[in-house]
Amino acid sequence: MTSLSDHAGFLPLAQLPSLVAQLMAHGYQCLGPALENDAIVMRELATADSLPRGLQAEQAPGRYRLTQDPQQRYFAWANGPQAIKPQAFAPQESLWRVERDAAGALTFAAVLPAVRPQAIIGVRACDLAALALQDAHFMRAGRRDAQYAQRREQLFLVAVQCAEPAATCFCASTGDGPTPTAGYDISLAELADGFITVAGSAKGAAVLQALALAPATPQQIETARQQGEAAAAAQTRTLPSHTLRDSLMSQLEHPRWDEVAARCLACGNCTAVCPTCFCHAELDEPALDGLSSEHGRIWDSCFGESHGHLHGFNVRPDIRSRYRQWLTHKLATWHDQFGRSGCVGCGRCIAWCPVGIDLTAEVAALTASEVPS
Amino acid sequence: MNAMPHPVHAGPPHAATVVARTQESPGIFTLQLRLDDAAAQAAYRFAPGQFNMLYLYGVGEVPISIMSDPEERDVIGHTIRAQGRVTQGLAALQPGDTLGLRGPFGRGWPLQEMGGRDVVLVTGGLGCAPVVSVIHYVLRRRERFGKLVIIQGVKHAEDLIWREQYDRWAKLPDTQVLVAANEGAALWPWHVGRVTELFSLARFNPERAVAMMCGPEGMMRAAADSLLARGLPESHLYLSMERNMQCAVGRCGHCQFGGAFVCRDGPVFDWGQVKTLLAHRGY
Repeated sequence: MTSLSDHAGFLPLAQLPSLVAQLMAHGYQCLGPALENDAIVMRELATADSLPRGLQAEQAPGRYRLTQDPQQRYFAWANGPQAIKPQAFAPQESLWRVERDAAGALTFAAVLPAVRPQAIIGVRACDLAALALQDAHFMRAGRRDAQYAQRREQLFLVAVQCAEPAATCFCASTGDGPTPTAGYDISLAELADGFITVAGSAKGAAVLQALALAPATPQQIETARQQGEAAAAAQTRTLPSHTLRDSLMSQLEHPRWDEVAARCLACGNCTAVCPTCFCHAELDEPALDGLSSEHGRIWDSCFGESHGHLHGFNVRPDIRSRYRQWLTHKLATWHDQFGRSGCVGCGRCIAWCPVGIDLTAEVAALTASEVPS
Repeated sequence: MNAMPHPVHAGPPHAATVVARTQESPGIFTLQLRLDDAAAQAAYRFAPGQFNMLYLYGVGEVPISIMSDPEERDVIGHTIRAQGRVTQGLAALQPGDTLGLRGPFGRGWPLQEMGGRDVVLVTGGLGCAPVVSVIHYVLRRRERFGKLVIIQGVKHAEDLIWREQYDRWAKLPDTQVLVAANEGAALWPWHVGRVTELFSLARFNPERAVAMMCGPEGMMRAAADSLLARGLPESHLYLSMERNMQCAVGRCGHCQFGGAFVCRDGPVFDWGQVKTLLAHRGY
């Protein structure tokens, strides 16, 4: 584990553009926070000095509202709806293509994405933890997903410590934040007058070396450490620290599933914003001339009717079973698949749920007491 | 579990050609396929109980059990019910037509563990194809196994395909055929009623039997209760599961059954792996 104090440098506030410029000079397309449809999303930075300041968003169940950070910090926003999932697991992409000749013979060929090196600036600890889970799913030893791997290997991740968690955040209780500890190329902690920088990879070290930064002082490092502690302490939501696998799987007929199903719209917003959800549908798009067809995939949701479709019937015909599938996969059976929970505490499913269903409250209700079956 | 080599065919399918097509019943047909690449066809190996993804040009893929014999090297057989968009299109294919095939996927039946044992096969509805491959497998290697008990339930008498085969099997030594239809028909020679009513008639030694089931989950739960009550050890009871499958390599997430990906960790499971969740509707 790399901590803030290992070989930490200090990047004065005014020199942040030089970090971006350095990444651009290394050939990276740089993505950073931007406003789109009144939400913070990751978009390409036009220039090295186009990172916005003062962005902030107030979050609550079913609520996301932009605000202004009075201190005009660069990274005082907790997160936006999008995470960094789309950069490795594309929302829609081709997998293979088939051509049919006049005699009806079929010729198949794999389709790989055209990618360029991409640096993402402002990655959160929860997003890094989620990316590690996506890596575990799509890049299992011996069964790498070619399209995912191609995108993933081009990524350069500039993480930032979260100093201002949203009211929906609970990464401290899942052990995934608010300070990045692994999985980044460079990690930043934003102080009033600059950034503490830590390299997490050889690529990251090379970029920082070119900036020739002064080492961070012990006081600066201590300030960042306290900032991380305060951000953890400020979080009001929690998941139980113990593994929920057995406690949830023993409550599969709990009346709370009916109760939450009555509120849930099965819209799939929670799965779309979840940085670990990996379900995708496969589909064919035949060309209008009939001579070829593209076979691709598109993000799918276990809340959709087609997810459990089987010839002639639906395995999960009601919202109760779909919500239960989502929650028990995320928090219980994920342990069987990946050795940990599938929740990284980002709180996006809470903020972006149109009816404000709060996963932490549902878990509390489901595990509060044993209900006779 | 049957440890089969587990190749990953997430990439494009192989082109394959329909060698023969048989109409088994008004809604069910069999396609015998051959990979166009002769080397790929020669190298193709599978275990009964595994499945292929069949691709209909411009429409999509469906998972289909392989019903031919694993030692048949020339063609790969699939018995399909015309039900959805892809399978209705596949039903229109004729010999000489081409389609895509990738596979085999998943884990098949525990054929190695069957040696010397009585073999009890339970199928319900139209879930018979994965089990018919085992019937053929046993009959072609008859000396390796004990008694063979074939239990088949269908909703309507006319749903039973390969009817003449059941007549033939029933006449073989050490082979018992028990068939039931919820709704009978004229000249229906077998039981009318639920297939579970036939379990008490099955003659096998529970201590040295292995049972394999395929079909509706309610039927399999009832069959399991009955077989286990007769003393069959839980570790010798296997079933083939069905779930929505789109990628077949444990990635797309649709076939999850608890922590298992049915396409990769199944479709054949032993009873102990699935019994808890099978009791809950909606998994």
